[in-house]
Amino acid sequence: MSGPLHKFDQPNSYIGRSVERPDASRLVEGEGCYVDDLQLPRMTHAAFVRSQYAHANIKSVNVDAARALAGVVAVFTAGEINAEVSPYVGTLTHLQGLRSPPQLPMADRVALWQGEPIVMVVAQSRAVAEDACEQVRVEYEPLDAMVSARQALDNDKARIHPELDSNTAWVKDVDAGDVSAAFSKSDVTVVERTFQFGRHTGVTVEPRSTVVEFNRSDNTLVFHYSGQAPHMMQAIIARHLDFPEENIRVIARDVGGSFGIKIHTYGDEIATAVAAKLLRRPVKFIADRLESFTTDIHARDHRIDGKIGIDREGKIVALEIDDLTGIGPYSMYPRTSAIECNQILNLTGAPYDIENYRARGTVVFQNKNMMCQYRAVGHPVAMAVCDSLLEEAASEIDMDVVEIRRRNLISDDAYPCTSASGMKFADLSHQKSLQRLVEMMRYDQLRKDQVELRKAGIYRGIGLVSMVEVTNPSPMFYGVGGAPISAQDGATVRLDAAGALHVSCSITESGQGTNTILAQIAAEVFGVDIKRVKVTTGDTAHVPYGGGTWASRGAGIGGESVLLASDALKSQVLEVAASILQTTPDTLQIERGVVVSSADGSEKISLDELGRIVYYRGNELPAGVNAELIATRHYKVSDFPFVFTNGAMAAQVEVDIETGFIKVLDFWVVEDCGRVINPKLVDEQIRGGVVQGIGGALYEECLYDDDGQYLNATMADYLVPMAGEMPDIHIEHVETPTSTSTLGAKGAGEAGTGGAPAAILNAVNDALRPLEASIFQMPMTPERVLNALRVS
Amino acid sequence: MAQTQDIELVVNGETIQASVPVRTNLVDFLRDHVGLTGSHVGCEQGVCGACTLEVDGVAVRGCLMLAVQANGSQVTTIEGVSAKLVGRQLQRAFVEHNALQCGFCTPGMIASSIEYIEQGGASDRAAIREHLSGNYCRCTGYQSIVDAVVSVIDKGAAA
Repeated sequence: MSGPLHKFDQPNSYIGRSVERPDASRLVEGEGCYVDDLQLPRMTHAAFVRSQYAHANIKSVNVDAARALAGVVAVFTAGEINAEVSPYVGTLTHLQGLRSPPQLPMADRVALWQGEPIVMVVAQSRAVAEDACEQVRVEYEPLDAMVSARQALDNDKARIHPELDSNTAWVKDVDAGDVSAAFSKSDVTVVERTFQFGRHTGVTVEPRSTVVEFNRSDNTLVFHYSGQAPHMMQAIIARHLDFPEENIRVIARDVGGSFGIKIHTYGDEIATAVAAKLLRRPVKFIADRLESFTTDIHARDHRIDGKIGIDREGKIVALEIDDLTGIGPYSMYPRTSAIECNQILNLTGAPYDIENYRARGTVVFQNKNMMCQYRAVGHPVAMAVCDSLLEEAASEIDMDVVEIRRRNLISDDAYPCTSASGMKFADLSHQKSLQRLVEMMRYDQLRKDQVELRKAGIYRGIGLVSMVEVTNPSPMFYGVGGAPISAQDGATVRLDAAGALHVSCSITESGQGTNTILAQIAAEVFGVDIKRVKVTTGDTAHVPYGGGTWASRGAGIGGESVLLASDALKSQVLEVAASILQTTPDTLQIERGVVVSSADGSEKISLDELGRIVYYRGNELPAGVNAELIATRHYKVSDFPFVFTNGAMAAQVEVDIETGFIKVLDFWVVEDCGRVINPKLVDEQIRGGVVQGIGGALYEECLYDDDGQYLNATMADYLVPMAGEMPDIHIEHVETPTSTSTLGAKGAGEAGTGGAPAAILNAVNDALRPLEASIFQMPMTPERVLNALRVS
Repeated sequence: MAQTQDIELVVNGETIQASVPVRTNLVDFLRDHVGLTGSHVGCEQGVCGACTLEVDGVAVRGCLMLAVQANGSQVTTIEGVSAKLVGRQLQRAFVEHNALQCGFCTPGMIASSIEYIEQGGASDRAAIREHLSGNYCRCTGYQSIVDAVVSVIDKGAAA
């Protein structure tokens, strides 16, 4: 705990109130500024020739015709771009044994996935750049492609990287307790299932977008970035393009969706920076939708053998998983592509009291687009595997799925505690959240209705999940492993001469409402009307150093830094006010922009008057008064590696057994993300997350053929949830503030995506159970459902 | 490539004359030549709906129409929707219900919502969801957008 206590729970507090977003007003007028909206003098436009093959030697490249085309400014081969870049390697020292070869932005001699950039064209317009790409001749020698993870693992002779002794990138084992002994006990019911999770991707409606300016006179580079972690990008560009870090400025204005997609090092974006430097003029690169599907990172792609043992009372005695995942030809830089597997090993079974747990994760290279961190990294897989096994086991011993959870969820009074996989938990509320969920959804009535409807040939299913979410990560997540990724965030709060408050913070906004909650915190803690708070985020030249927005850390870490800075500034302002008023600071308070007597609330001096005295008429200040109307504070989580949230969710679905179509009828969420700063914004994070989770469960899959050709790389073919298919989503909260901070906020951005697939999977299998059919593959497409019914 | 054609059209009440390459689509013309960057490009093939705008009273995909096809037309983009009461009501309702997060799909969502309301669409959640199913949104989960449209219809959008 740091700083004084604040009365957040008072009825007039900004914290806990659904304040409207000032950014929203701007965006509904069409006044946003996304990267593609930038028009700079002498700006050029980039397009890329990309590998048509998943694996091929590049025998020759002829760019003569492209260079000759009118309007073409430059054509760069892979060799020309790569020569300007030092290689990067996607490993972290704390993921012991993880390996990945050095990587460069473009493919020079060998292409390792379909979509890898080979030639860059820079022209006066994107249209001309694309015309020129068509004039580039690339001669390929196609090679065998290792497409599935299993194929890559088993085929040691056809190695993706000849310098490595196998296609394996990483193996990790967890072994807690005595799993074998637990499974072999006579009173234990053992259930085994194999789960498959298809690849999917973020499909941000705004594609990846980059504009880079280079100023030769002072050797500075401005990187306009549609992304989440400006300081990370600053460090990466500086390191690999050999600039002093302070000469790189990264600016993220409006970001049209990110979800973890836009937080990685993409070769085409690095190449854009190189081109700007070589050409000494601005270069814009906006990925088109084909480029988005084939080169934005993918996620999931896991095959898991799972096994659970329960005793006669329904108590879990052991859990075991074996995860095989394919990550593409490299581990993505700098966050690595092993984190999702690592999370699955860490989080499977985490809500439950399990003593005996064994897990193996195997991460392999393959000739597909790279896999890395997308919203709810690992969570949907971990939650679906455990909670599906649990509901299957409940069915085996004829126990209700709520009852079996009650018997296994960690008790609300057991914290702090540590899971079998070593996760440290505190301030969670699984039992209370489950109880609230059961009441909200009218569980018993739904079960009665379900029985009646089945008699009429209507197959409805109810599925639940109890889940945890990793939020507010400490340096143990990335920094400890050597990545240039900050786990701390900073905030500067200053009072201007007109009595308004200016907040700048290192977390970023991409629609969550980050800027709004920072204003709420500053207004509440300092004591001004929220209309007088202006927030700046997303510019390395103007915000303190920090990590940005990912892993649901914005409110918990960035928010706490604003709280601390606002509190510090308040003390400084009260000191100045006290010196002007010839009293002591402890007799004063700040309320709604006015310094008042803390005894009787009478107005003493307004902040605009105080500002004018300090800034214009400093001569009126008593001698020796140091009037600093600005304060900066930084915050990181230090007591725990992460701050976990928890939630309980449920879905009701109806399966059409003739067509295999699944209709999601209802979805309920009880979320405990600690102190809720803005209920409406939190609910919308959860709803959006749930819908992305439903997408992963039912629709979304990046399909490749056996040669590694991407089959559905258009928005018409890759299905995402649309308005007509989605239900209204009911949300309630349990608030258990984290004791690691004054604010008490945990993250909420990924819970929906992490939990929804498990609830949907369980609901579908609940619907299919009377037909003795089951499905353990996502997405659960109509074809797969029909196949499951045929097998039965 | 260099083939161009002279066009004249009215955009948000302002007459625009331009010589445009015939292959330029309407949304690129509005963004790059007119400087109205409120309409967004998400897929360039008419699926995502982010570039939806109004041409002669009809909601169209700005990426599926060439600029030369808009010659002589009245075009309304997100920057101009507040000229209509229903446009203003929807803008307010979207803010009130937080019916947007990143805002990239919002101009198209509002254009499609105006179309629905102007066609006399009922305050029926399923029908609104159906109508908006040509517009991708990856942030909100759609519910708040439906809430916003319902609220405008329920308040009675004046003609």
